[in-house]
Amino acid sequence: MTPPRFADVAEGDQLPTTRFQVTRADLVRYAGASGDFNPIHWNERFAREVGLPDVIAHGMLTMALAGRVVTDWAGDPGAVLDYGVRFTRPVVVPDDEDGALVEVSGKVAKKLDDNVVKITLTARFQGQTVLGGANALVRLA
Amino acid sequence: MPLDESFIGRAFPATEVWEVGREKIREFADAIGDANPVYRDREAAVAAGHPDVIAPPTFAVILALRAHDLVIADPELGLDYSRVVHGDQRFTHHRPVRAGDQLVASAHVDDIKSRAGNDFLSMRAEITTVEGEPVCTSRATLVARGTAEPAPAAEEGVPA
Repeated sequence: MTPPRFADVAEGDQLPTTRFQVTRADLVRYAGASGDFNPIHWNERFAREVGLPDVIAHGMLTMALAGRVVTDWAGDPGAVLDYGVRFTRPVVVPDDEDGALVEVSGKVAKKLDDNVVKITLTARFQGQTVLGGANALVRLA
Repeated sequence: MPLDESFIGRAFPATEVWEVGREKIREFADAIGDANPVYRDREAAVAAGHPDVIAPPTFAVILALRAHDLVIADPELGLDYSRVVHGDQRFTHHRPVRAGDQLVASAHVDDIKSRAGNDFLSMRAEITTVEGEPVCTSRATLVARGTAEPAPAAEEGVPA
């Protein structure tokens, strides 16, 4: 895949929509990799005790998966200058083979100076958005 | 219990030096299912213009969490960590994190407020090399659900 060039990119261009399946095993793996061992992400009993519907995914895992839509498109992840999200709804991950399905789409919202583009992202789980104000600044060639 | 607002503006000492290992980058990339070769293959990273393999854009959360821990663990703050979820997160990269980096992170409490029964703790972590080269600025808000006064927490819109 050839990385997009700033000159060839237009505001409104869509990034390829990607669907991510998140299982309990993925949460355990992410906990170990990130060092975030908050039990709401792996212990159903604990999650319910603190008033959550079930185990929920790390917001940071959802953020990382959404970020892949940007880096897969840009080619070089080092081109991401800035990336931020708000976590607006939890991604509830049931204890089964399928887990939760998160669908992420993105578009070029603005072309800025110095070959920088602003990408806005939308992440959906069970028909509702789970990230708000999700955007990244990416420097293209 | 509401959070101690006198923490606003407080800066915490830098974390212990943490060396970014190439296998830690690979482990993190695997955990987010990202097969990009610049996380694993030095030649691919060099071809992309980097001196060594680089880390995914959200890898810096590892350093930010270590810095946040110093704030959260302070009993005077009054944060009930069992009620905490992540409200928002932003990374501003001054350059990519790469294998071999010797990093430290310093936490700053930027804001504390209560809204709809929840406590909001906004923290910044300045991640630099031991020599002081800026690498990444992390900004995060943690939300302690239902810990502020008055008690009832909105179940809708609970973040992750």
